[in-house]
Amino acid sequence: MSSTTNTIELIDREAIENFLYYELELLDEWKLMEWASLFAEDGLYLVPTMNNTSTDYKSSLYIIADDFGRIKERAIRLLKKETHIEYPHSKTRHLVTNVRIFEVKDEVAHVNCNFVVYRSKREVMDPYVGQYQYKFRLQDGNLKIVEKRVLLSMDSLRPQGKVSIVL
Amino acid sequence: MSVSDLANTDKQPLVVVDEEKHIFKVNRKVFTDEVIFQKEREKIFDTCWFYLGHVSEVEKNGDFVSRKVAGRPLIFNRDSEGNLKVLFNTCPHRGSIVCREHKGNSKTFQCFYHAWTFNNEGKLVGMPGRDAYPSDFNCDNSMNLREVPRFKVYRGFAFVNFDKDAISLEDYLGNAKEYLDLVADQSKLGLEVFGGGSQEYSMRCNWKLLSENAVDNYHTQPTHKTYFDYLNNIDIKVSAEPMAGVGRDLGNGHGVMEYVSPWGRPVAKWIPSFGEQGKKEMDEVMAELVSRVGEERATRIARKNRNVIIFPNLIISDIMSLTVRTFYPVSTDYMEISIWPLAPKEENLEMRARRLNNLLEFVGPGGFGTPDDIEALELCQEGFKNGNDILWNDISKGMKKDQPEFDDELQMRAFWKKYNEIMSE
Repeated sequence: MSSTTNTIELIDREAIENFLYYELELLDEWKLMEWASLFAEDGLYLVPTMNNTSTDYKSSLYIIADDFGRIKERAIRLLKKETHIEYPHSKTRHLVTNVRIFEVKDEVAHVNCNFVVYRSKREVMDPYVGQYQYKFRLQDGNLKIVEKRVLLSMDSLRPQGKVSIVL
Repeated sequence: MSVSDLANTDKQPLVVVDEEKHIFKVNRKVFTDEVIFQKEREKIFDTCWFYLGHVSEVEKNGDFVSRKVAGRPLIFNRDSEGNLKVLFNTCPHRGSIVCREHKGNSKTFQCFYHAWTFNNEGKLVGMPGRDAYPSDFNCDNSMNLREVPRFKVYRGFAFVNFDKDAISLEDYLGNAKEYLDLVADQSKLGLEVFGGGSQEYSMRCNWKLLSENAVDNYHTQPTHKTYFDYLNNIDIKVSAEPMAGVGRDLGNGHGVMEYVSPWGRPVAKWIPSFGEQGKKEMDEVMAELVSRVGEERATRIARKNRNVIIFPNLIISDIMSLTVRTFYPVSTDYMEISIWPLAPKEENLEMRARRLNNLLEFVGPGGFGTPDDIEALELCQEGFKNGNDILWNDISKGMKKDQPEFDDELQMRAFWKKYNEIMSE
């Protein structure tokens, strides 16, 4: 998505919100290759475990810690018929709120927001609740995700059991 | 019993075995029946040895972790004298949990309800209103935190048993000790649970489906095709080192698959994505391993993968990373699962990062493998709803072979034989 400015300092909340709505719509529509392309080449998609306070995915256990290569591989996998957990695709709805740009530093905007994601499959609906912590950079006038960190405000993945969709 | 008798739905056995005719059937009622489920609680979850944790989780005096084992809330700790303890996490006064944190370090545990305080040996050391009780109150130690009936450590792996008359842990583990040794021998200084947390997830199916799945390599290609696609995409040529190996019945319900595979292993099989620096480091790891355990054993440890089931619910996956997993039923069709990662204490940060990266690519609720297992097992549970009309699972693959292979079902038959023995007592 293109932005109206080339300076990250001038990015306002509306621009961020527009980006988030677009990203989450891509997820709900299973346009996952388009979703993957929203990341910068050094982008990270991270889902820590819920009983872990460390911020370092290289030394502590996460649920998901994808670099850009694996973000794309995740998208490729999720679109395959042989990805049994998501075939046929589950129905999802991503809701986002409480969006706040809390810091812009070194060409990177840090944005926090709350989310609820509902996933339905085989007549079971599971909610996922938490906070997204984004880092954005402007690249050729486009916002790119440098990091999407998904902090689940849950004690465990029970009864959800898995994070098989993109949160 | 012959196959034709299986149609008779009265008095059906749980497991039917005919070694000569290569027949092995498991009654699907073991996955759905409430009476069987209640019987499991008494016959299995009150009598078997269960994995509690690893000694590295309570390394310093005062360290504790709290966790549920076979439904029971426990405290696993090292007291101020350095002794390992396992205490029932319940106040002897009126019942409340006395330790609410997952882990920490403390000299005492206090029940907040009436403020009874226990030291980390479990001894009652403080209570408000002491003068309202007789002077010899707790002289018999009955008001201390209670220790579990049996607790034993084998090579760093801590186990508990709630039956004071149970056989020894060493006898219980039997031939499975060989595989715990192969895991423990990966480190000169000892293994440690690392990474600050565990993956805590669940499946909407019967717990025994995971005991089976843990040592099932027959499902690997069809269920995990996308994982092998992924390996090919990241330049790990699956066809260059196809999976091959054996399955073993270790007795006492334990089983293992041991095999080679295309993926990399932190100790110690290099793949290109570990990089040149990684290659150098892994050569050093291998050299140390050879010097310590000899060439033959080192090669077996480093090159081969092992998936072990220790009856009834401890899975050791010594594969593209090393994990321990336990799971407990909440109901016939729902279980809770925990995964902890293990690594040699001496491993450097770069190798830890590679190890974690390897782990997450397949293992756990966000990996490219485990979620598809979840779907498979949950769909089995769904299929079992057909009840009496279709009552038998077939677990006979490889029965006609002298040495069944890693993708046969011998190691699952080991589990079911023990299950049948215990449940039929």
